[in-house]
Amino acid sequence: MSSEWPLWEVFIRGQHGLNHRHVGSLHAPDAEMAILNARDVYTRRNEGVSIWVVKSQDIAASSPSDKGPLFEPSNDKVYRHPTFFPIPDEVGHM
Amino acid sequence: MTGAETVDRAALVEVLTRIGDSTLILGHRVSEWCGHAPVLEEDIALANTALDLIGQTRLWLGLAAEVEGKGRSADTLAYLRDAAAFRNLLLVERPNGDFGATMMRQFLFDAFHIDLLQALAGSTDTRVAEIAAKSIKEVSYHLERSSDLIIRLGDGTEESHARMQAALDDQWSYAGEFFVSDASDKAVAAAGIAPDPADLRAGWLARITPVLEEATLQMPTGTFVHKGGKQGRHTEHLGFILADMQFLQRAYPNSVW
Repeated sequence: MSSEWPLWEVFIRGQHGLNHRHVGSLHAPDAEMAILNARDVYTRRNEGVSIWVVKSQDIAASSPSDKGPLFEPSNDKVYRHPTFFPIPDEVGHM
Repeated sequence: MTGAETVDRAALVEVLTRIGDSTLILGHRVSEWCGHAPVLEEDIALANTALDLIGQTRLWLGLAAEVEGKGRSADTLAYLRDAAAFRNLLLVERPNGDFGATMMRQFLFDAFHIDLLQALAGSTDTRVAEIAAKSIKEVSYHLERSSDLIIRLGDGTEESHARMQAALDDQWSYAGEFFVSDASDKAVAAAGIAPDPADLRAGWLARITPVLEEATLQMPTGTFVHKGGKQGRHTEHLGFILADMQFLQRAYPNSVW
């Protein structure tokens, strides 16, 4: 058995935002303590109204070596950006 | 007429100072962990707890100084009194020991502190009730955290269990002082400003029993109680705490940030 506590990724919903955002990671023996630790480490300055934690090992991530095939094909598809539509004046700022 | 106008002023100052000194000395003890806790997460959590307690101290000792009416302040009470004038509970001045012992001391105190504050929140003195109401949120969290750690360490490895049981056995006789009432306590309780400490014991036992059971720890059966802190008779440890805490104000009087 490893004597190291597992690593957890911490997501906090800020006072004004709708989405939980990733703020960092920490170690804790279980989910309940991870939430308490997240409260102590990441919400000292009134940053949050809600905390999610997830074990880092449970996150499936894309591989950095796949960066080319995954992301480069979209580089030359500028037509996917909605920048080619004239916006009528009466719409104003979007 | 509120309770504060009818009660003996010296008794009220005494009781307020007991609360403020207990949060001050415990806050200082917990702050000694800063930079030394076993993991970063606990280090920050302990520092947060210490800051909560020292923040509460400002309010309690500030009110004690105001009621006393002799021109003292929370700062002069904290930094310019000697050990015999301190009224904190003996438990909070005891050395930190290992992390488990620190958490056990915290748990025993938190479980008492929360019910003390709940009762103070209904005080006939609105100043007392307001400080208590503000502190309850902080102390609810302290108790949640210390309870969780008592359970995890008590019901953890063979070594962590043995350390937690030793810490409980060692501190049990000091926790008894929480519930020892004297004439000041009774006068202030009669005015409805604060509870009679003796009345808090049943609630405390009801709080700690299920946690200790879940932690697979054996509640001590000893009835001997170390007392005297509330009357200014302290262990040898308090002088060392004050030497550390008060050094700057003693060496450089009136220095400020």
